[in-house]
Amino acid sequence: MNEKKLAFGYTVSKDRQIDFDEASLELYNKVCAAEPSIRLCISCGTCAATCSAAKFSDFSLRKLILQVRRGITKGLQAEVSKCMLCGKCQLACPRGVSTRALIMQINMNLQKTGK
Amino acid sequence: MTFDLFVIPFFGGLIFLLVVLFIKYSRWIALIDRSGRRKIGYGLFSLQIFPATWEVFLESLLHRRMWKQNKLLGYMHMSFAFGWLLLILLGNLESRIYSGGHLNPPYYPIFLKFFVHDKRVLPFELNTLPGFFRFIMDFVLLYILSGLVLAFFKRIHSRWFGMKNTSRHNRFDQWAITCLWLIFPLRLLAESLTASIYGGGGFLTNSVGDTLAMILPAAVTPGMAYVAWWAYSSALGIFFITLPWSRYMHIPTEVVMIYLKHFGVKSGKHLNSFSEIEMRACPKCGVCIDVCQMKDAGAVGSTPAYFVRSLRMKEGNSLLNNNCMLCGRCKEVCPVQIDLLDLRIASRNLENQSIDKPFSYLPADVPDSKGINVLYFAGCMGHLTPSVKKAMVSIMDAANVKYKFLDQDGSVCCGRPLMMAGMFEAARSLMEKNRQAIHASGARILVTSCPICYKIFNEEYKLFGVEVLHHSQYLLRLVEAGSLWINHSGLSVVYHDPCELGRGSEVYKEPRKLLKRVAKLIPIEQERENALCCGGSIGDLALNQDQRNIIRDAALDVLLEPKPDFLVTACPLCKKTFSSAGTAKVIDIAELVAQQLEKADNLIEETVEESIL
Repeated sequence: MNEKKLAFGYTVSKDRQIDFDEASLELYNKVCAAEPSIRLCISCGTCAATCSAAKFSDFSLRKLILQVRRGITKGLQAEVSKCMLCGKCQLACPRGVSTRALIMQINMNLQKTGK
Repeated sequence: MTFDLFVIPFFGGLIFLLVVLFIKYSRWIALIDRSGRRKIGYGLFSLQIFPATWEVFLESLLHRRMWKQNKLLGYMHMSFAFGWLLLILLGNLESRIYSGGHLNPPYYPIFLKFFVHDKRVLPFELNTLPGFFRFIMDFVLLYILSGLVLAFFKRIHSRWFGMKNTSRHNRFDQWAITCLWLIFPLRLLAESLTASIYGGGGFLTNSVGDTLAMILPAAVTPGMAYVAWWAYSSALGIFFITLPWSRYMHIPTEVVMIYLKHFGVKSGKHLNSFSEIEMRACPKCGVCIDVCQMKDAGAVGSTPAYFVRSLRMKEGNSLLNNNCMLCGRCKEVCPVQIDLLDLRIASRNLENQSIDKPFSYLPADVPDSKGINVLYFAGCMGHLTPSVKKAMVSIMDAANVKYKFLDQDGSVCCGRPLMMAGMFEAARSLMEKNRQAIHASGARILVTSCPICYKIFNEEYKLFGVEVLHHSQYLLRLVEAGSLWINHSGLSVVYHDPCELGRGSEVYKEPRKLLKRVAKLIPIEQERENALCCGGSIGDLALNQDQRNIIRDAALDVLLEPKPDFLVTACPLCKKTFSSAGTAKVIDIAELVAQQLEKADNLIEETVEESIL
């Protein structure tokens, strides 16, 4: 009731907490088993910086890997489909993550679960 | 007497084999699509039948490509294939002398010496027909046995045959090879024992027979001879029965494949019935294993011979499908000329075709740029190595080319990586985007720095009216036309053939011609068709970074062996990969040319610095 009066132009940020009891790490575990190099990722963002697809969209492999690690699978399929598989990220990655194999694994596992 | 119980294993096995082969081939040929079947129908009555038959003779019988690989290997295969055929043909002719030219049951010539005892003593004289046959049949048998001795030594020490590796056998292979090895010694034994009793042998069977007669008591020789005939017939029978499921299925299948290829039937991008024939034409000889760099990375299981086996057994092994750099070294050496790259891509397609990639985010507008002659496309990899695109820009400026840098603000990928991953539909939507931009420009020439892009622009885009050139070709053209003046640097260089440009697009000449104008080109051991892959290939979807580094370092060992001033390549991806080792000064051919432009500025330091990045 008093909301209108109290609107100073500020809002409460969306809750960014991740509840690991609810997060499903099923996808991460599967991807991890097939492509263990996902563990090497330090989320530095070099991949996203060099990405060809990112020139035209908001695609970010760094974000994608974070989402998979945290069990957020909603909207992931649409996100991963933006990758053109050109392989620049793989050459740029300072940790030697097999990024293309990773993308394929995420793709295939999402395909199987139909998410 | 023209029948004995012992012929049953041979005769039964032969009929079984023929029935199985007939069923298998007719099913595969029936499953070939309509246009393919029409090609076969037309081809059977065309002149193509002659070159096809000639190739069957050269490859399936004489094994010409095996000879090229290694002389001993070639001799071994030829003795089995050609020798056996001669034995059958000559045996048939010989049997006609005794049967009066009538039609005989098929086993009659094979076991002729059992049925006919020509007791005449014929000194070797070519003018008596039976004498001639006695000699020639023994000679051919000896010829095959010499191949068998080689096969035996190949098992002990395959390196004498130029092979470091050979494939593992499955159960059917083991049965088949055991029988194959026994067939000819048993024939010798059976014929020799028979000759020692009844006479009528040639120089080989007579002398072996006489020796045996000296050792053995006369009472047991007839019994032993009969057992030997049984064993000979059984070995043939078991070989025939196991053949369709063993590696020896390649013997009849290669013949079928050669004819179909000559008629214009292809497997192409999808696994089809012709691919089934190709898979069975693979003898698992292991020549591909030797050249495959996957072996260096500890992935022998992913080499083509095992991949084809997995495909044949319909295992659907996605690791095997994905773990290949598509460098094409195997395809160059395959004695059966199976299109191993197409098979690999087609099997990936089976797995990945349903992955949807709409790429709806790509800009809809097409850049308008009328009035230019040349389009330059750096490609994703070109952008990853900025020194290459900078060099190209400076060269084209120096040559006053009216060009447009198509992907200056970021590339839409050419689609080749998706193609190689078997995602054809996704690749096509990228291709369509690029095609529109290329055609809208009105340019007549499309120059690309990346061999990966070059291959797909050239082969798949169907850019009518636009000539696609790799930058090494274009620069050579500029130099030869006198638009570009370059100095000789005096540097000694080794040239690395990128897979997609060399084996993939058969561009070997132009980069070398261009290089010779700016530097001293040192020839190396493995180049052109035999060039090594840098290990950075985007064809592979399974190698980890450590494995890639092993492949890279092994390739560098070969390339740097003559200690050149620079390692020159024509592919940004190869450059990036080789540079990451930190052991070599790697430079792109365009950078080298840019350095040697007359009145060249300070590009040299800049590019060398970058190659270390």
